[in-house]
Amino acid sequence: MMRKVIFYVLLLLSALIITFPVLYAISASFMTTAEINRGALIPSSLSFENYVRAFNSVPLFHFLFNSFVVSFTVMIGQLLLCSLAAFAIVFIPFKGRNFIFFLFIATMLIPWEATIIPNYLTVMNFGWVNTYPGLTVPFFAIAFGIFLLRQHFLTIPKELYESAQIDGCSSFRFYWSFVLPLSKPMLSALGIYGFLTTWNMYLWPLLVTNNNDVRTVQIGLKMMVSAETGTSWNVVMAGVVMVLLPTLILLVLGLNQLKRGLTAGALKG
Amino acid sequence: MALQEVTAEKMKTDTLPPKRTSTKKKKWKNLGVGLLYLSPALIITGIFLFYPMFRTLYLSFFVTNAGGTPVSFIGFENYTMLWESATFRTSMSATFLFALYTVPTTIIISLFLAVITNEKVKGIPFFRVVFSSTLGVSVAAGATIWLLLFHPSLGVLNNLLNAVGLSGVQWLTSPNVALISVAITTIWMNIGFNFIVLLGGLQNISEELYESAKIDGAGYWTQLFKITIPLLSPTLFFVSVVTIINSFQTFGQIDILTGGGPSNSTNLIVYSIFREAFYNGYFGYASAQAIILFVLVLIFTFIQFKVGEKKVHYQ
Repeated sequence: MMRKVIFYVLLLLSALIITFPVLYAISASFMTTAEINRGALIPSSLSFENYVRAFNSVPLFHFLFNSFVVSFTVMIGQLLLCSLAAFAIVFIPFKGRNFIFFLFIATMLIPWEATIIPNYLTVMNFGWVNTYPGLTVPFFAIAFGIFLLRQHFLTIPKELYESAQIDGCSSFRFYWSFVLPLSKPMLSALGIYGFLTTWNMYLWPLLVTNNNDVRTVQIGLKMMVSAETGTSWNVVMAGVVMVLLPTLILLVLGLNQLKRGLTAGALKG
Repeated sequence: MALQEVTAEKMKTDTLPPKRTSTKKKKWKNLGVGLLYLSPALIITGIFLFYPMFRTLYLSFFVTNAGGTPVSFIGFENYTMLWESATFRTSMSATFLFALYTVPTTIIISLFLAVITNEKVKGIPFFRVVFSSTLGVSVAAGATIWLLLFHPSLGVLNNLLNAVGLSGVQWLTSPNVALISVAITTIWMNIGFNFIVLLGGLQNISEELYESAKIDGAGYWTQLFKITIPLLSPTLFFVSVVTIINSFQTFGQIDILTGGGPSNSTNLIVYSIFREAFYNGYFGYASAQAIILFVLVLIFTFIQFKVGEKKVHYQ
């Protein structure tokens, strides 16, 4: 009994500390400027005025839309390219496939930040600055995704592929109507991971957008901080909540899938 | 006999070649099909990872113009300039100090949270969601919240200090404190990922081990230090290397919280690359720094592979 009490106290205390910054941001997004200045913790009334002002301060809705387009595109791109690559590595016997797998794994050694200079120049030469392709295409193939899906595809019995071939099933049909449906949990883990990491991306969108056309909401938030700081922290916090909401919802809904994927990556990697 | 042998030989050669060409054909066909499936991923990886890596190395031996085109070869001069630069030395020591501040703390806190949520008590799923939640917090949003929390006059932290009679801290404007403030923000944001992975590792430890330990009369702490932590060591090792590498790649929180200042005390390596290349236009000089970042990550990944295999206890 005593033991249980101790655990609950620890759990509640930790939960309070971990969630405090986000809870405070939500709370501050409803406060008046006077309340912020006073250092209040809880707003006296529930008004959405700050949200209205946040949407007027920068084109927040447009930025949110851009982030959705970019994150969704990268997610689909990663699912397709990584699953195609992993399929070939597992099911199609040809010389050198292990080498190619090794090549993909080797890219895990390359920190993306170390490549930004030539990548920025490449995207500029392609005429992709301020476009969706510039924000999405470079992230379509990730080693983590190929690795994760390969590990899963290896658990699908080879006999299934052989008998499908005897029945005249083409390799692409096998990929599309057997392998992909059999891998739904791993695909959703990778999909959630891809969406989250793209939504949260900061450095790259900062580099390849210099107007509001395709700018993502993370950079919009930075614009808001520079535009509103010193005057309207409550409006900035309303912007923060709008940025946090989609990913927090996705995380709560997809936590178990994500955990399965990340754990598989950790234990085998 | 001889004739028979010849015919037998002939028969062999008659039957074998077509078979050989058909398997050969199949081999080529498989190679073609395999490469077809792989080509989209190979092309993207080639253009946006392998090429830029070699290009960065190449650029690091040059002086470039403002458009990033190399104009004159200078050998290792960018590297010797880095070696002699006081700014870069500050940046490197800040980078290592930052790893030292963030990595052990993140892992200890995440391990603690994973251990207390691995208990079988009511409401655990709720706490697991809560402790993973910072994984869904973007760098920009997280840093913006902490920018307000650290605010010298409006921030909750200084209000708390004032309430207990202490004077406020210049969280982001004092050269001695700013790096610690950025580290606090980073630790908070990293907890979600580390918690999820460590919890997954804990759940993989078989229940039977604990049951037989209980029969032997082992208490909570004995179980924790004799079973849980040793068996978790591969996962612990994995998260520590990932967290170190992540700390070398820190950028967003610096850009929002401090802009590399005050007096370069938070000018971590990626921020330094960004500033040299895209503010000052020194692409060659920045490329040399990028190569140093690459080597750093390479060393730590190598350690993971080597030490990870030997020193870590596997179940």
